[in-house]
Amino acid sequence: MAAPKTLFYDGFWKNNPIFVQVLGICSTLAVTNLLANTLFMCFGLVFSTAMSSLTISLLRNYIPDRIRMIVQVLIIATFVMMVDILIKATAPDIHRFIGPYVGLIITNCIIMGRAEAFAMQNPPGASFVDGIAMGLGYSMVLIFIAAIREPLGFGTLLGCKLPALHLWWHQWTIMVMAPGAFFMLGLLSWFARARLIPKGKG
Amino acid sequence: MEQVAHSPTFLGLVLIFVSAAFTDNILLTRFLGMCSCLGVSKKVDTSMGLGAAVIFVTACTAAINFLIYKYLLLPFGLDYLRLITFIIVIAAFTQLIEMIIDRSSPALYNALGIFLPLITVNCAILGISIFMISKPYGFIQTLVYGAGGGFGWFVAITIIGGIREKINEEALPRGLAGSPITLIIIGIMALAFIGFSGMVKI
Repeated sequence: MAAPKTLFYDGFWKNNPIFVQVLGICSTLAVTNLLANTLFMCFGLVFSTAMSSLTISLLRNYIPDRIRMIVQVLIIATFVMMVDILIKATAPDIHRFIGPYVGLIITNCIIMGRAEAFAMQNPPGASFVDGIAMGLGYSMVLIFIAAIREPLGFGTLLGCKLPALHLWWHQWTIMVMAPGAFFMLGLLSWFARARLIPKGKG
Repeated sequence: MEQVAHSPTFLGLVLIFVSAAFTDNILLTRFLGMCSCLGVSKKVDTSMGLGAAVIFVTACTAAINFLIYKYLLLPFGLDYLRLITFIIVIAAFTQLIEMIIDRSSPALYNALGIFLPLITVNCAILGISIFMISKPYGFIQTLVYGAGGGFGWFVAITIIGGIREKINEEALPRGLAGSPITLIIIGIMALAFIGFSGMVKI
């Protein structure tokens, strides 16, 4: 079994869920037009990935193989429901916008993928670390994209106006609309694959 | 749920279908179903196969979820269970369809079979069900909305499949092949689909 540090590095960077495995793209694009939305989404995802990996790993010897998909989905849905209720209670304004996408964490392929590929074969501790690492790897990319899209599209960061806007800033509406998200992620993952991520798969 | 906004006239249904398929395209403006889209859209045939399966499943599951939500969850105040209910319905429905197709038509099973498990974790399906409850639709309208959403996804993935078939013949810069170039193509398509917005309002 690999050391927690290696596990963490693998999940966070070397096998980054978005750049390398191309999982969880839907929510990456949808919630990254405002940084505040992104932060809530990331919190939800890290929590649900880590907790469902842990739970699935604990139960891995008891889950019958034939119905494992539905059992995994149920476990994941339980945690996502908790996150959904929590965000609704603490930040109702944000929930109004990202609500549907929080629900869609259930079908976020990162969680399913990790459950299937890692948690079903590994002990709870390692699965928990793996879940957190994957969640944070995903969050890093999301936060980065949001930190570019929000200033370009709205001229704000976390809702605060940026300094000296009139000198350099021109509203770039396309950045907060759908195509901007696709372009950003496409260019970013091109750059990451060509320059940053260590070789392993093409 | 408020009162029904559109009376279920024929024209009203056509409008819902068109707006769900084009102006509110589930893949290009809502970002849903990206993961399976990036994975499967390498060829036109497979794209169309998965697209057809998605149309069928979104229409049916949206309708079933509508009935369950309206007549079971709302009257008993179980609104907070909606996410888990929807995903169970979707998972059970795809499993059921898989078994029925397997028995009744082996040819169709061979064509669609591999796509059905993918559909459970396709966020477009769950997305349609989640968006559906925030719209003031009746039963027939929900059915049409589901079919329209699925059709929009079908159109988008088929076009992407066609473009990718051509692009795969060319040599691309390092790191751009695969998902980055696909994301950029989808971005350009999303720009084109913005042209539909404002055409129909729902």
